[in-house]
Amino acid sequence: MNIQLPRADVAERTQAIVGELKGLEGPLLPILHEIQDEFGYVPEECLPVIARELNLSRAEVYGVVTFYHDFREHPAGRHVLKLCRAEACQSMGGDRLAERAKALLGIDFHETTPDGAVTLEPVYCLGLCSCSPSAMLDGEVHGRVDDAELEALVAEARR
Amino acid sequence: MTVKIYIPRDAAALALGAEKVATAMAEELVARGHNAMIIRNGSRGMHWLEPLVEVETAEGRVAYGPVKARDVPSLIDAGLLSGGAHPLCLGKTEEIPFLKNQTRLTFARCGVTDPVSLDDYRAHGGLRGLEKAVAMQPAVIVAEVTESGLRGRGGAGFPTGIKWKTVLEAQGAQKYIVCNADEGDSGTFADRMIMEGDPFVLIEGMAIAGIATGATKGYVYTRSEYPHAIAVMSEAIEIARAAGVLGPSVLGSGHAFDMEVRTGAGAYVCGEETSLLNSLEGKRGIVRAKPPLPAHKGLFDCPTVINNVISLASVPVILDKGAGFYRDFGMGRSRGTIPIQIAGNVKHGGLYETAFGLTLGELVDEIAGGTASGRAVKAVQVGGPLGAYFPRSLFATPFDYEAFAAKDGLIGHAGIVVFDETADMLKQARFAMEFCAVESCGKCTPCRIGSIRGVEVADKIAAGIEPQKNRELLADLCNTMKFGSLCALGGFTPYPVMSAMTHFPEDFSPAPAVEAAE
Repeated sequence: MNIQLPRADVAERTQAIVGELKGLEGPLLPILHEIQDEFGYVPEECLPVIARELNLSRAEVYGVVTFYHDFREHPAGRHVLKLCRAEACQSMGGDRLAERAKALLGIDFHETTPDGAVTLEPVYCLGLCSCSPSAMLDGEVHGRVDDAELEALVAEARR
Repeated sequence: MTVKIYIPRDAAALALGAEKVATAMAEELVARGHNAMIIRNGSRGMHWLEPLVEVETAEGRVAYGPVKARDVPSLIDAGLLSGGAHPLCLGKTEEIPFLKNQTRLTFARCGVTDPVSLDDYRAHGGLRGLEKAVAMQPAVIVAEVTESGLRGRGGAGFPTGIKWKTVLEAQGAQKYIVCNADEGDSGTFADRMIMEGDPFVLIEGMAIAGIATGATKGYVYTRSEYPHAIAVMSEAIEIARAAGVLGPSVLGSGHAFDMEVRTGAGAYVCGEETSLLNSLEGKRGIVRAKPPLPAHKGLFDCPTVINNVISLASVPVILDKGAGFYRDFGMGRSRGTIPIQIAGNVKHGGLYETAFGLTLGELVDEIAGGTASGRAVKAVQVGGPLGAYFPRSLFATPFDYEAFAAKDGLIGHAGIVVFDETADMLKQARFAMEFCAVESCGKCTPCRIGSIRGVEVADKIAAGIEPQKNRELLADLCNTMKFGSLCALGGFTPYPVMSAMTHFPEDFSPAPAVEAAE
C-alpha cells in the first residue's frame, strides 16, 4: 500500500529508520528496503536525509537506489503482479502467459493500470522452476500458472 | 499418541497450494476431534507431487500427493492418519523411486525434519560436524575440507579447502564468512530449498567455516525474490543464537561466531562474488577487478570466505563422517554429491541429489521422465542463463565439471532446464543477450555494449538480413565478450548463444527477408 505523506513526515520517518539501522555494517540496503516497505517506494525526499546521516553524497545514495531493480522511484499500484520471464518459465509457455497478462490488464511490463490497481512487473526467476510458469502476487507465490489461474489472479488484484 | 502429519512450507509447495491444504487439514482435524499435529517441513524435492502430505506410521512415513484442499476430507475418511489407502497414496515416502535412488548427503534432512526445530535437527544427526570442529585445530579442519575434494557449488568449482586456507593464513583483525545465497539462475532452487527446509545445516556449515578460518561474523546474502527463505533463515538464526550454537562462545568452545541475513534488491549480477561484496557494503553492485582476491581483501577489505549455500551446507557432513566418506562419491576431480535441479518442460521436476557422474541423458529421459508436454526434447540448458544448450547428441556427457567444460558447457549451480521441440533457439540466444544487457553492472564494455549489439545482431538474423555475415559477427562478438569481460556475466553469456548457434544451425537460417534481396 502506498500512502502519500507530506514532505516533512517523510523526512521524519526516514530519520527514524536510518537511526534504527545505521549501526549495521553496510546499512544502506537494509535502510532502503525499510523505506520502501514503509512508503511503497523510495521518495526523493529521503535521499538527502540518508546521505547526511551516513556521510555520503546524495549522488552516491541516488546511484545505489537506481542500480537495483527493486527500488521504485514512484509508487506502484495497490497490487504488484510479477511474472517470471526466465528460461524455465519460457520452456512452459511463459512468454504466451505474459502476453495474456498484458492483454487482460491492458498494460505493458513496468506499467500500472489507470485505476491504480495493478502494477505488472517482470521477474527473472522466483526459484519455482520445477513448477513453471510461476508468478508472485503481493509476495504470494503461484506455480504452474495456466490461463484460468492467471485470470483469477488478475481478478483478485483488480478487486 | 499424537499422529504427526507433514505438510511442506517450501515455496514450491506453497505455490501449488500447500497453505490451503494445511488450513483445511487443521480445520478438519479439529472438527473430527482427531489427536494429530501438523508439522510444516521443507520439501522432499519431488515437486510434481507437491503439495506432498506425509503421515508418520509405525512402518515409516506414508506419502499422499499431489493433494488439493478439497481432497482433505476424503483423505481422512480413507484413514490418512494410519496411512490408509487412497487414490492419492504414494506408499512409503522413502520407497518412491525418485527419492530412493538418490544419495542425500547435503539434503539428508530436507523435507524430513521441522526446519525450525533445533531438537529435530540434532535428532537427525545435526551439529555433529560442528561438535567435532570445535575440538579441532583450524588448520586440521581446513585440511579435512580440502581432503574431501569439495568444490564450489555456486558454479566456479574452485576447491573450497584452498579458499579457506588462504583466509586462514591471511592477516586481519576481522575476517568474514559470506554465504552467497543470491541464487538467480533460472532452473535452480537448491539454495532456496536448504534455507527453507534445513536452515540449521547452513548455519552449522558457516560456523565451522568461521572456526576454521578465524572469522567471527557471517552474512547470508540472499534474494528479495525469496521471502520465505529469508523468514525461515532469520528465525533459525535466532533459535541457534538462543541455544548457544551462535554467539560469543559457539557450543561453549570459546570461539565467537554470529551471523545475519541480508537481502539483495533484484540485481542478478550480485550473484557474482565481488559485486555481492559491494552490495553488502551498501554500494552499487558493481563487479570488482581481481586481484585482490576476496580471500585477501573481501568484505570491507577484510579477508573473506565467500562460498555458495550448497558448498557450506555440505561441510557438516564432511566433518561428521570424514573427508574420505565424502570423497568416495563422484568421478574424476568432481567429488561427493551434487544436488541437481530438474526444471522447465519435464514430467518429474524437482531436486535430485546424487554422486557426480550420471549422464545428461539419464537425467532427462529417465529421472525427469521426459517432457511435460509429451513432445520430443530439443535442448537442455545446463547451468542457468549463462550455461550452454545441449542437444540430444551430447546426452552421453556425464555430470562432472571437466566433462561439461570439454563440451563447451558448464554445470554451474547444477540446474537443468529442458525445452521441447517447439523451442526456437535463435530466440533463446537473443534472450541470453537481452538478459545480459538488462543485468549488466556496466563496468566493462564487452558486457555492457556487447550484449546490446548481440540483441541487434540476433534480430537481423531473425529478419533474414545478411544472415551469413551476421552469424559470423555474432560469433566474433561472443569471442570478444568471452575473453574481454570482467566477470562471468559478460564472459559466459556466449555459452548459451554459441551453443544454440552451433548445435541448432537450422534455427539461425530463417527464410531470407524481402528487404535483404535488394
